Amino acid sequence: MMSKNKYAVNGRGYYGRFGGAYIPELLRANVDELRENYLKIINSEQFQKDYKRLLDNYVGRPTPLTKVENLSKRYGTNIYLKREDLTHTGAHKINNTIGQILIAKYMGKTRIIAETGAGQHGVATATVCALFGLECIVYMGALDIERQAPNVARMKMLGAKVVPAISGNQTLKDATNEAIRDWIANPNSFYLIGSVVGPHPYPDMVTRLQSIISEEIREQLTKETGNPNPDYVIACVGGGSNAAGAFYHYLDEEDVKLVAVEASGLGVGSGETAATITIGDVGFIHGSKTMLMQDEDGQITEPYSISAGLDYPGVGPLHAHLAETGRAQFLSVTDREALDAAMVLARSEGIIPALESAHALAALEQMTFDKDDVVVVNLSGRGDKDMETYMKNI
Amino acid sequence: MNRIDQLFQNKGKDILSIYFPAGYPNLNDTVPNLQLLQDKGVDLVEIGIPFSDPLADGPVIQIAAKQSLDQGMSLKLLFQQLKEVRSTITIPLILMGYWNVVFKYGVDTFLLDCQSCGIDGVILPDLPLEEYEEEFKAKFEAHGVYNILLVTPQTTNQRLAKIEKATKGFLYMVSSSATTGGALEQSSEREDYFKKVASLDIPSLIGFGIHDKASFRHASGFSNGAIIGTAFIKALAGGTASEFIDSLL
Ligand SMILES: Cc1ncc(COP(=O)(O)O)c(C=O)c1O
Repeated sequence: MMSKNKYAVNGRGYYGRFGGAYIPELLRANVDELRENYLKIINSEQFQKDYKRLLDNYVGRPTPLTKVENLSKRYGTNIYLKREDLTHTGAHKINNTIGQILIAKYMGKTRIIAETGAGQHGVATATVCALFGLECIVYMGALDIERQAPNVARMKMLGAKVVPAISGNQTLKDATNEAIRDWIANPNSFYLIGSVVGPHPYPDMVTRLQSIISEEIREQLTKETGNPNPDYVIACVGGGSNAAGAFYHYLDEEDVKLVAVEASGLGVGSGETAATITIGDVGFIHGSKTMLMQDEDGQITEPYSISAGLDYPGVGPLHAHLAETGRAQFLSVTDREALDAAMVLARSEGIIPALESAHALAALEQMTFDKDDVVVVNLSGRGDKDMETYMKNI
Repeated sequence: MNRIDQLFQNKGKDILSIYFPAGYPNLNDTVPNLQLLQDKGVDLVEIGIPFSDPLADGPVIQIAAKQSLDQGMSLKLLFQQLKEVRSTITIPLILMGYWNVVFKYGVDTFLLDCQSCGIDGVILPDLPLEEYEEEFKAKFEAHGVYNILLVTPQTTNQRLAKIEKATKGFLYMVSSSATTGGALEQSSEREDYFKKVASLDIPSLIGFGIHDKASFRHASGFSNGAIIGTAFIKALAGGTASEFIDSLL
C-alpha cells in the first residue's frame, strides 16, 4: 500500500492543525480504550477476514464502477459512477457500521449507541446490531424523527430503540450531543459514530473503514483503462465519510484532482446553508478541531440543506486539512442544482440518486473537462429515502 | 496570592462552591446572584459561560444555558457585567465554559479580561491537558489565571498523577460517570475513589450529583468540600435561591 504520509493523521489525531481529541475528562477513558485498540483490531488477520467476508456476502461488495455513457456525452468526457447506492441498506454508511460493529465485538461491547440525522446511519447501525444480536440505541433529533418517518420505522423493525433528542434545535448536532452524553453515562457501551467526525480516533477509524471505496476504484479503473488513477474524484461532503473513502488511496497521488461538494442550501450567502468550508471558520465541535459554522460568540449555528445527510455544522478534520492545503477543491451546490442533477441522472441513466449524492453530480455542471479525462463521481446512496422530497420539488 | 489558594489555606473543609450560568435566570442577574451567594456565606462561585452544545451537561444546565443565550448572553457581555465586580465581591470566582467559545473570543483577550475583572481561575473541560500545556499554559500563568482540571472515577492512576501536577488551586473531582444533574452514587467503590483523590497533595472538591445538605455533607467528608450546580439552578428558577443556600449550611 502507498504511504499516506502527507495527509495521514499523526499519533495525536491531527491532520495538519485540525483534529485532536477535545473532550472532557468524562470521556477520556472511553476514547483512550478505543484509541488503544482500533488499529490493533483493524490490522489483525481475523478482522480483515471477517470484514472482507461481510463486505462481499452481506453488503454486496465490490460495488460496480459504471461508465455512464449518456452523462459522459452531456459533459464531453468519461464519467464513471462508483455505485455505493447498490450496497445493502442503500448507502456507503454500511461499510463503516460493519467495520465498527466488528471492532465493538472484539472489544467485548454489547450495547451500541449511535446518532443519526436522515436516518441512513441509524438504519445501517440497526442493521448490523440485528445481525450481531447487540442492543442498539439510536439518538435522533425530535424534528428529524418527524421528517424521516420511513427510516424511523426501518430502525424499529430492525429492533433498535430510537430516542428523540429534545435539546437544542432537535437535529443531527443535538442527536450527536445526546449520544455522547449517553456514552459518558455508560462507559462500557460502544459509540458507533456515523462519519469522519468526532474526537480522534474516530475520523481515522471511519476513514479507514470507508477506504474500501477507493481501493475498489483503483482496481476497477486499472481493468477498465489500464490506469488506477482517474483525473478527478468527486464526492459530496456532510461529515465527509464517503468523500474520505473515495479520496483515501489518492491522497498522495497529486495528479488526481479531488473535488469535495458541500450543500449550500438556499445559497452560501443566504444564511440557510450547510457549506461549512465555504462560510465557516476554525472551531471545536464534538471533540474535534475543525471548520464549523458558528456565530461571532462561538455558538454553533444550525445548518440547512434540503438533504438531511448533508446538514451538519462541522466537517471532518481531514477535509478541513485538505481544504487548507488546497489538496482538495471545495465546491458548493444549492438545493435546486442538486434536484436538477438528480433528475438528469434519473432520465439519462435510469438511476435515482440519494439527494446527498445528487450534490456531487451537480458539481459536474460547474466544471470543465477534456474529452480524455476520466472522472469518477462517488454515488454515495440511492434515492428511495428521498422520494417524498423529489415528488414535492420536481 | 490567588484567592483560591487563600480560601483553601484559611478554610480546609466544608467548602461550598456554587455553579450557575451567567445571565440566568435573567440577563442581568449575574452580579446580583454573586452578591446573594457571598452574603449567604458561599465560599466559591463558578460562573458558567453558556454554550449551544454543552456536551458534559444534563438537561437542567442545558436548558438554563439555552435560556440565557436566548436572552442575549455572551462572553463579551459577561466581562462587561463583571467589570466592577471586585468592588463588592471578595470570594474567589471561576469561569467555567467550553473551549470553542473561549477560542473564538481569542485566548489572549480572554485571559486579559479575566485578569482585569479579577477572575481567579477557569474550568475548561474540553481543553485537553496536553494541548493546554504546549500552547496555552505560559499565557494562563502570565495572567495569574488558574486552570482547574477534572478527574473522574475512570481516570487512570497514571493520568491522575499527571493531572495532580498540572492542576492549579484544586482538583475538580467528578463524583460519577454521568453528565451534570445525576444522582450521587454511594458505594464502597466510589468511596475508595474519593479517598484516593483526597490523599493527593492538592485540595479537591467533589461535584456532579451534589444536591442537598446530606449529599453535601457526605461529599465533604471525603474532600475539602463540594460543588452544587443543577440543584441551585432549579432553586434559581423557582425563586428559592436564598432558602436553598440556607438549607445547605
Ligand atoms: C447517501 C448519503 N451520502 C452522503 C451522506 C453524507 O455523509 P458523509 O459526508 O459522511 O458521507 C449521507 C449521510 O447520511 C448519506 O446518507
